[in-house]
Amino acid sequence: MIALDPLLVDDLLWVPLIIVLVKVLIVFVVGLLATMLMVWFERKAIAGMQNRIGPNKTGPFGILQTLADGIKLFFKEDLFPSRADRFVFALAPFLSFVPAFLAFAIIPLGGDFRNGSSGEVTLFGQVTRIQLADPPIGVLFALAISSIAVYGIMLAGWSSGSKYPLLGSVRASAQMVSYEAALGLSLACVLLLAGTLSTSGIVAAQSTITDWHFISTGIVPFIIFLIAATAELNRPPFDLVEAEQELVGGFNTEYSSIRFALFYLAEFMNTVTMSALIVTLFFGGPQPIAIGNFVFDIPLLPNALEGTFWLLAKILVFLYMYIWFRATLPRLRYDQLMDLGWKLLIPASLGWFMLLAAQRLARQNGWNIVLVTGGSIAVLVICYLLMQAAFAKSARDRSTQGTMF
Amino acid sequence: MGYLGGFLVTFRQHGPKNRVTTQYSGGRMFRRKKRNAKKMDVKIDKPERLHGRHVLNRYEDGMEKCIGCELCSAVCPAKCIHVRGADNNPTSPTSPGERFGWIYEINYLRCIHCDLCVEACPTEAITETKMFEFSFTNRQDAIYTKNELLVDLTGKPQQLAWEDWREGEDKNTSGWMRATAASGDANFTGVVSWSGELGHGVRPAEEKSE
Repeated sequence: MIALDPLLVDDLLWVPLIIVLVKVLIVFVVGLLATMLMVWFERKAIAGMQNRIGPNKTGPFGILQTLADGIKLFFKEDLFPSRADRFVFALAPFLSFVPAFLAFAIIPLGGDFRNGSSGEVTLFGQVTRIQLADPPIGVLFALAISSIAVYGIMLAGWSSGSKYPLLGSVRASAQMVSYEAALGLSLACVLLLAGTLSTSGIVAAQSTITDWHFISTGIVPFIIFLIAATAELNRPPFDLVEAEQELVGGFNTEYSSIRFALFYLAEFMNTVTMSALIVTLFFGGPQPIAIGNFVFDIPLLPNALEGTFWLLAKILVFLYMYIWFRATLPRLRYDQLMDLGWKLLIPASLGWFMLLAAQRLARQNGWNIVLVTGGSIAVLVICYLLMQAAFAKSARDRSTQGTMF
Repeated sequence: MGYLGGFLVTFRQHGPKNRVTTQYSGGRMFRRKKRNAKKMDVKIDKPERLHGRHVLNRYEDGMEKCIGCELCSAVCPAKCIHVRGADNNPTSPTSPGERFGWIYEINYLRCIHCDLCVEACPTEAITETKMFEFSFTNRQDAIYTKNELLVDLTGKPQQLAWEDWREGEDKNTSGWMRATAASGDANFTGVVSWSGELGHGVRPAEEKSE
């Protein structure tokens, strides 16, 4: 059954249509709420790490601070710089805001995936998923959408008619293009093991802790994915796009009012989405934590809703991790960023992917797995040495013949 | 631990133990008028020499200290003070001597509370209170005139409706504060070199700390 949603397989009727519309609404509202709470959580947690209190006035524990900020921004003057390209300038915030929400649509937000269940639930006699869309291209859609988000940032910087936003957006495009490759290659490892692109399929393949594939995807691909995702999100320590010391505010320097709020929203929405994607790919998404046959089950809660709870709990861990990164790590220099992306992350993820692919081929054809693995590692080591030799050669050339080499 | 040690350092900062700020004015408990709202609405004591909102002082006989010399206006790095002097009426003088401060305005949207005006003043007319919490809804309100800056007839700063005054913030507002400035000449520590003022009299000098 290949469709965006099991609801849409047969003829379109009113009930499935309404259910889909309600789901769209819920995902949108949940996205907005999650962003709001994420901003609050980030401010509160980072305040804790910097020996401060953080927002404490608006609502209990200052939880409504984001709402207050949003309302304030709504009523601010909407400025257009005189040298801005007005149409593109107005369009850019939406180009970064819409993809942020689109990517969230493919995350399984709940459902019972235990014991090989497909995660489908029955609502008003209709079979559906707690997920807005489950396209067969699944994860590729998320990758594609997160690449589109760079257009918003790039066009925002370009259309501002000002130098700092332009510099910020040039950095953003270069950074996102460089880290996309590492992101995709580390993700390919997961797809190789799951055998499917669909997010619900990936989740269904990870029912117990041993199915999370700690050794094959849990260390190298996961860490590469985490670093590349941080760079892709333009979050510290990779926030060169908006390096305050160098670029004023980066690509959104000239933005004010609700357009600025949209950029801000998109940034935090992307963080939430990316955390959800990490959880979906590497940590079983809405699956409860299970070791062998033992499942940490929450009593009195339907399994489908329990999935939502587990997803939230797991996402929270990664949201905290992003905040932790921000509080701890100093920003990278631009050449360090490029070195890390091109010289370390991409080769490492590519090598690991080759290794997994070789092992898989060996299993399928019944070859000696130890021999194949050993041979693959030997080849990878040779490749690594060749790469180092190339780096050394180019460094030599650079020092003797100038920066063209 | 190398790179990862930093993560532990930041993680350990969580919790109230290391906090350098307080729950400012009790969080929102104050507004909800809860049982312990008064108890929660506490601000920490401010340092004696904190730079807050200015006052214009009077002598013990009620005369204004300001002589309209405009030195404060000249020294102000933010250019927030506007002073114009005028001749005293010989029959009922506003200040002792020839001239008095006729117009005295401070724009608090510009003031950076550097206290250079306090140091420049030859008569200790302008000093600062410890009160810094006041807000305005338009730019005109941010300009304090002589009516608002001058101490009242008991020598206390006027507590205006939009200012958040707390216990003790109007205590150390006199010329004493300037004359024994911590960065001043050590030879003058403990020496009274300031005039008396309404409500305070001649304040005793600070004791030598060492």
